Amino acid sequence: MSVVADPIEDPRRALRAARLSEFRTFVRRFLRNPLGVIGLIIVVVLILVAISAPLIATHDPYLPQLAKRLSAPNPEFWFGADELGRDIYSRLVFGSRLTLFIVGLVIVTSAPIGLIIGAISGTYGGWLDRIFMRITDVFLAVPKLLLALAFVAALGPGIVNAALAITLTAWPPYARLARAEAMVVRNSDYVAAARLAGASQFRIIVFHIIPMCLSSVIVRVTFDMAGIILTAAGLGFIGLGAQPPLPEWGAMISTGRKFIFDQWWVPTVPGIAIFVVSLGFNLLGDAVRDLLDPHLRQRR
Amino acid sequence: MSNLVDIQNLRVSFRQDDGSYNDAVRGVSLSLGREKLGIVGESGSGKSLTGRSLLGVLPPYARITVDRMEFDGIDLTKASGRQRRALRGGRMGMILQDPKFSLNPVMQVGQQIVEAIRIGDRRISGGEARKRAMAMLESVHIREPERVYGLYPHELSGGMGQRVMIAMMLVREPDLLVADEPTSALDVTVRTQVLSIIDELVTRRGMGLILISHDLNLVSRFCDRVLVMYAGHVVEDLVASRLHDATHPYTRGLLACLPTIDGPLEPLPTLNRDASWAAA
Repeated sequence: MSVVADPIEDPRRALRAARLSEFRTFVRRFLRNPLGVIGLIIVVVLILVAISAPLIATHDPYLPQLAKRLSAPNPEFWFGADELGRDIYSRLVFGSRLTLFIVGLVIVTSAPIGLIIGAISGTYGGWLDRIFMRITDVFLAVPKLLLALAFVAALGPGIVNAALAITLTAWPPYARLARAEAMVVRNSDYVAAARLAGASQFRIIVFHIIPMCLSSVIVRVTFDMAGIILTAAGLGFIGLGAQPPLPEWGAMISTGRKFIFDQWWVPTVPGIAIFVVSLGFNLLGDAVRDLLDPHLRQRR
Repeated sequence: MSNLVDIQNLRVSFRQDDGSYNDAVRGVSLSLGREKLGIVGESGSGKSLTGRSLLGVLPPYARITVDRMEFDGIDLTKASGRQRRALRGGRMGMILQDPKFSLNPVMQVGQQIVEAIRIGDRRISGGEARKRAMAMLESVHIREPERVYGLYPHELSGGMGQRVMIAMMLVREPDLLVADEPTSALDVTVRTQVLSIIDELVTRRGMGLILISHDLNLVSRFCDRVLVMYAGHVVEDLVASRLHDATHPYTRGLLACLPTIDGPLEPLPTLNRDASWAAA
């Protein structure tokens, strides 16, 4: 009869349609922010490049061609060749995998650690909270890069160790955030209701408190990605991150800096890559915050 | 018949800035069989605290002292945290005031009922729990349980939310239900509906009910017995049908404040408090 789904006759379809339109509004609001779209494009391109690295690289990133060392950008070496005659473009393409690997590893380790510590300490309060928060304070009191440096120095250089070191410095802000949210949520009626239904503390934290802290933490994570890339590149530059011959961008700048006046492209190209990628993550983070942050959302 | 609930001389106090303790509940004693007991009183008279201390969900900074607190022969003062948690939900439930805040906003309501079932019985299968949740939704007069099961709390009306809350608390068939102002946040028209659902379920299952409210008429209609509280004391214990024969000046004052449709067209009297009531 009528084209519009009758909510009584087909409630499920109506519900699905409503959720779909909710999703569309979300997408529309995202598209309204051109900078966010640019950020998204950069990040998507980075991911695609990392996935299809062997297909789009023109050379073997590890194969030296000493006869062609330090050649300027030309049709064979699009971005030039480095001091061992390796193609900078191909190294850049393979380096994107390392960058994403570090970012991913740091995030899947630091965000859950911070989230769990924050949620526990915010929910329980009391002495547990005090102990956890003082530990957090200790980590926050030391500059990030310095702390990461100390950890890598102790663990030994390497890409996984660099990621772990960054994790150790990255979790405290998440713990702080999650704790603040948990302290609000733990007094809410629905947590009381869950408690009245006989739920244990563990269940309350996992099912009722952590989901409420998630959105703030996600927003924070998208912001931190750029910082993680910079810290990883910094460690690589100092020689404590990825080790040669791995085509890590920071390490590439480090080995190329000797040639900055004569063969400027050797350190500049990976520098630009770091710049563009962290800019992309920052723009994306901004847009995601505008969409997801519960505090900003209410003002709209 | 032994009493379901027996409380002797319950005191709940909160620490103040200067370190002294301020009593919010001062020596409440009550006993309850499998009957419907109403507790009325103004805001801050200690009604909710009494209910919450029975369930054991007071905030950690509250100080409770009690001479005796028993639930169906179990001494609650000696029960461990684990025992009390097993009692909560399993044998006693509590409905909170506003369904907007008492349901988890990021969980489907059906899931929340299933969670309540699973807390009680971990071995129950997912399909079985779902079936029971549906049946429970139906018994609180929700017309399309299948659809409502998958909704989130913000997609429900207040009355529906409160019914979901009732379903969540009653799904494990507790022996005692404490309803803390279950209808204050609801529309007047939905109020009687929700109350009659509570009434129906409580009567059918032979549960004890403590209905906390500040609506005298409503309480007298639904309950067998009414306790009137003032400043942390029980000032009067009445049979509900004889509410209008109340003798305590506070109860009489409250009754006098209620407008009646064929009453005189004069301003309603205001309540004159007497310091001696609080000391009593």
